[in-house]
Amino acid sequence: MKHLVTVDQLGPDGVAELMTLTDRFVEVGQRAIPKVPALRGKTVATAFFENSTRTRLSFETAAKRLSADTMSFTAGTSSLSKGESIRDTVETVCAMGVDLLVVRHGAAGVPEQVSRWVDVSVVNAGDGWHEHPTQGLLDAYTLLQARHGSAGQSPSLAGVRIGIVGDVKHSRVARSDLAAFTALGAEVTLVAPPTLLPPSLAGWSAEVSHDLDAVLAKLDVVALLRIQQERMTEALVPSFREYTARYGLTPERLARLDDEVIVMHPGPVNRGIELAAEAMDRPGTVITRQVANGVAVRMAVLYLLAGSGVDVA
Amino acid sequence: MAERERRLAPPYGGVFVERSQVMDADEVQRALTRIAHEIVERNKGLAGVVVVGLQTGGVPLARRLVETLADIEGTEVPLGVLDVALHRDDIGLRPVLPEAVTDIPFDLDGSDIVLVDDVLYTGRTTRAALDALTSFGRPRRVQLAVMVDRGHRELPIRPDFVGKNLPTRHDEVVDVTLDGVRLGEMQR
Repeated sequence: MKHLVTVDQLGPDGVAELMTLTDRFVEVGQRAIPKVPALRGKTVATAFFENSTRTRLSFETAAKRLSADTMSFTAGTSSLSKGESIRDTVETVCAMGVDLLVVRHGAAGVPEQVSRWVDVSVVNAGDGWHEHPTQGLLDAYTLLQARHGSAGQSPSLAGVRIGIVGDVKHSRVARSDLAAFTALGAEVTLVAPPTLLPPSLAGWSAEVSHDLDAVLAKLDVVALLRIQQERMTEALVPSFREYTARYGLTPERLARLDDEVIVMHPGPVNRGIELAAEAMDRPGTVITRQVANGVAVRMAVLYLLAGSGVDVA
Repeated sequence: MAERERRLAPPYGGVFVERSQVMDADEVQRALTRIAHEIVERNKGLAGVVVVGLQTGGVPLARRLVETLADIEGTEVPLGVLDVALHRDDIGLRPVLPEAVTDIPFDLDGSDIVLVDDVLYTGRTTRAALDALTSFGRPRRVQLAVMVDRGHRELPIRPDFVGKNLPTRHDEVVDVTLDGVRLGEMQR
């Protein structure tokens, strides 16, 4: 495999193998010196045409823990503002000698297109409403870790009932989560108002519900999505208060959850909208673990694409 | 090199075909018993000694060595396993096996480590292991125990404890398990 643009391209076996590989990088993170020389001499460039803090820092940390050199590029301070095209920009970055390019863009398909222009490995770090594969993979890993301690030799989420709640329509995380969770055998229900679901769900292996209260008692995992104010160009919800009342994890709904029920959120959290502040302190909330695992999963991805010499999927 | 690793390794990549049996299970155990006695003698007991097996071929040998040491001295020394794939200088030539985990559940600072591997060949695995160990702490001393020393060193590395010295050609493959040592080659 040369590029990682979608979760699906890994296939179920590839997802499982990546989960098992991630165990090793979690172990590296626990060492006194959490750094290995695996990608020494390689250069990883992050090209973010859209704002991000956690994903970019996570990729850079992952690259540095593998001893790669990093370059970073953000749209706001680049020659894009002088009118340079995306193609010229990435080709310029690659001409400096890059082995792996991490691309985020507000439009779906840009990482895929970039992977055709350049001959280095490309990792999709989020493209529009399409996919955010490393987020889906790290969410899947976090669930495996919360339930079994680690991914182990044959990682599986078989029989785990997961509700993905919120703005599914605009969410690349929802698409990647769904692909990663179902690849490991989980049963996924999408919970959202009709206006926040994509126009067609053909090909999605998930159930759909418009009523959070009806499904909440049956869920083992509540995966919340961020309300994406920047992508909401139409009036899709009457108000945030009404959204919170029907789809938010309010203190009342939290009180009905068992401690074992896992609550996750890709961040950044709109506190009080998707999730009550109290949720941060419950034992089953894994939001900070998601961030920590993000580094390990991204190490596994960078390593697979740039260093291992082994082809997964 | 264990079977799955060998199957995936680009320079070889094939099926192991045995040509001759070099040691049987009893001889492997006798060699381990002798090595265990040598370890006790060299370290004047087992205080501070820890055993670290190298993934994947060294792990069963290391486990058996710990049992043998316990039979001789009555002390169970700590056992760790180390995978050096991320520290190799020939990454890409040897595959990374997702299942080959590193697990060193004790402090290495000030310990006397006995590294255990199945075959000593170029010395590159040992070099990578020495590098990897520095991320865990500063051992007082590191010793190397191998079941087979097959020659062809590419680095200035020598073993402290050897099961058997076995002159080989480059294209031969040595297969070591607790059931015996076999010499053969890879067939594509």
